[in-house]
Amino acid sequence: MFTAFLIKYAEIGVKGKNRYLFEEALVRQIRYALKRCEGEFKVSRTPGRVYVEACSEFDFDETVDNLKTVFGISGICPVVHVEDEGFEKLCESVVSYMDTVYPDKDITFKVQARRSRKNYPMDSMELNREIGSAVLDAFPRIRVDVHEPQVLLHVEIREKIYIYSRIIPGPGGMPVGSNGKSMLLLSGGIDSPVAGYMIAKRGVKIDAVYFHAPPYTSDRAKQKVVDLAGIVSRYSGPIYLHIINFTDIQMYIYEKCPHEELTIIMRRYMMRIAQRLAEDTECMGLITGESIGQVASQTVQSLAVTNEVCTMPVFRPLIGFDKMEIVDISEKIGTYETSILPYEDCCTIFVAKHPVTKPNLNVIKRHETNLEEKIDELVQKALDTEEVIVVSSRR
Amino acid sequence: MEVYLDNSATTRCFDEVAELMKKIMCEDYGNPSSLHRKGVQAERYVRYATQTIAENLKGNEKEIFFTSGGTESDNLAIRGCAAANCRAGRHLITTQIEHPAVLKTMKHLEEEGFRVTYLPVDGRGCVSLSELQRAITGETILVSIMHTNNEVGTLQPIQEAGALIRKMNPRILFHVDAVQGFGKFRIYPKKMNIDLLSVSGHKIHGPKGVGFLYVDERVKIKPVVFGGGQQSGLRSGTENVPGIAGMAKAVEMIYGNLDRERERLYELKEAFCEGLLKIPDVVLNGHPGRDGAPHVVSASVRGVRSEVLLHALEDKGIYVSAGSACAARKPQPSTTLQAMGIDRELLGSTIRFSFSVFTTMEEINYTLQTMCDIIPVLRRFSRR
Repeated sequence: MFTAFLIKYAEIGVKGKNRYLFEEALVRQIRYALKRCEGEFKVSRTPGRVYVEACSEFDFDETVDNLKTVFGISGICPVVHVEDEGFEKLCESVVSYMDTVYPDKDITFKVQARRSRKNYPMDSMELNREIGSAVLDAFPRIRVDVHEPQVLLHVEIREKIYIYSRIIPGPGGMPVGSNGKSMLLLSGGIDSPVAGYMIAKRGVKIDAVYFHAPPYTSDRAKQKVVDLAGIVSRYSGPIYLHIINFTDIQMYIYEKCPHEELTIIMRRYMMRIAQRLAEDTECMGLITGESIGQVASQTVQSLAVTNEVCTMPVFRPLIGFDKMEIVDISEKIGTYETSILPYEDCCTIFVAKHPVTKPNLNVIKRHETNLEEKIDELVQKALDTEEVIVVSSRR
Repeated sequence: MEVYLDNSATTRCFDEVAELMKKIMCEDYGNPSSLHRKGVQAERYVRYATQTIAENLKGNEKEIFFTSGGTESDNLAIRGCAAANCRAGRHLITTQIEHPAVLKTMKHLEEEGFRVTYLPVDGRGCVSLSELQRAITGETILVSIMHTNNEVGTLQPIQEAGALIRKMNPRILFHVDAVQGFGKFRIYPKKMNIDLLSVSGHKIHGPKGVGFLYVDERVKIKPVVFGGGQQSGLRSGTENVPGIAGMAKAVEMIYGNLDRERERLYELKEAFCEGLLKIPDVVLNGHPGRDGAPHVVSASVRGVRSEVLLHALEDKGIYVSAGSACAARKPQPSTTLQAMGIDRELLGSTIRFSFSVFTTMEEINYTLQTMCDIIPVLRRFSRR
């Protein structure tokens, strides 16, 4: 029955002169999401609204599920299209619409007609009244409530006539591509994919970096990260995943620095490398899944020490979240099952039994001087040998 | 150099097998149950395979049932016999070191009200006959013991166990999971008092997704899948003709040169074990010599986690297994090694090398050399 969707967007509506940029990004992301769906669609933009029209057979549920991955959409309204064949015919269509969509009829409603085609013989007020009474005549159990209707029945007169009333909630946020680009430090854990999702939700395009440590981490661990990036890319659009071989750097730190400080010094080098990559790829910030106090390297003191190497802003959207809250989001976005696969990542392999939880920046800096001889060369080599995988969501 | 030493996980298919299978898939693709010529032609491949395997086991054609592999054969043998014989008793016996295909099936039967005894093993992974004798009761209907352990290559006293069971109670059925042993040894069920024998195709250079179960004529067994009544109704479903023919071809090729090949594998194994023992703090598990399987070497390398060693060898083109492939993707330590009472610290430091007809002495030497090179490096970077 439904052949189109009216896309409602929230925050874009309040933007000023650059609003068209947000709308264009929204249309682009909708097209990207619809590529995963069966059928052909036309996505068009008229002032103030975006329409998705099906040009062929399509799967309603699949299409809605995919539209729900597009940030910027606040609501998805399934629309019925009818030809203008006179007012009586229109009333019949509306009645049959109500019959199908609200089979139990135990509702209050109000008609919200809109006449974009001004040469239509009736005006909006007349339409509201006449269509309302046609519905009431057809279904005696339905009642009108003009102040707080349960169902707001929209009837729009354009070239064709559009009927809709249901609003399926969208994910909210802003369309990806409307807010620059940032580099996500992606491990194989639960947090970092969620962090990427949350920043993408604010319209930021995502690139990602993964630190691989063969032979201590396996190809399956790497594949897991590629899979996680694939899930995040359903929401964020294609992700350039930079895979950095971190083994030599890690070994060098292991040999030259106190063992309790291994993780924190490692993280400082990860940040440095991520920042170098970010600069080369026009990213304007870094994204991590850190949350205060979750592990030794995420105490406020450790975060401060890690952060000290960054000149770019570091976005930590999970900073105030509890683990369970993060798990809930990861389940909702579909990364949880993959995140909990049991492969070691490079942060866990050499972790000390009692890593420092209150590192002192001066001490850490002094111990980093032990690395002076070879570290720049090793970092450069890691950057030179990076592998880049373009991860895009599959149908 | 690429060295594949994970042949207990699976083997490379013989070229001859792959060619035969391609011909069957693309030209002689009939359904053996069809009445027309194409069907008859397909049936002929299955007949020929049945004959080849039956002759090999010195059994008869009616005793061979094709399945989807070792796991299905084990399931059919155990569940099928338990269901058909539960009125005679509800007690089963197996060992602590069986493959999950047997262990999990036994656990499932426990939930259905059967009682199961899991025989312990000694430090080499061997069950004791006196333990078996003690475990057998008047209620016992089935004993299931593997021929060759998949993780350490220990050979079980199958012949003696068969004789013991027959002597104590000829009505008790004896199932042998020979997935690792078949193709390395001549196994004659009737002589060895084996009633049911599970075999898989892809461990002997045949295709994956096919295996067989030998079922002695006198055995009462019920099917576990139902359908069109193929294979005397014990295993319904259109026969996997290319798989069956391919497996039979592999059996022919393997058994055509069995004794010489086994001797060659033992020589490789001896050279390899000797080389491994020269590396400090390396312990071999099971029987390093000729009392064990010719193709499996299990080694524990103190101070190096098996997964790390595996990936470091992989980096040099050498493919091995941490524990067994079937358990390696799970983080739990191997049940076989635990049952053998291996030092806790070594449980997570054990890797398995397994050879095949394609393994050469040059590959063995290359692997030894690589081990000598990388183990000291890996030990330097262990968790402190």
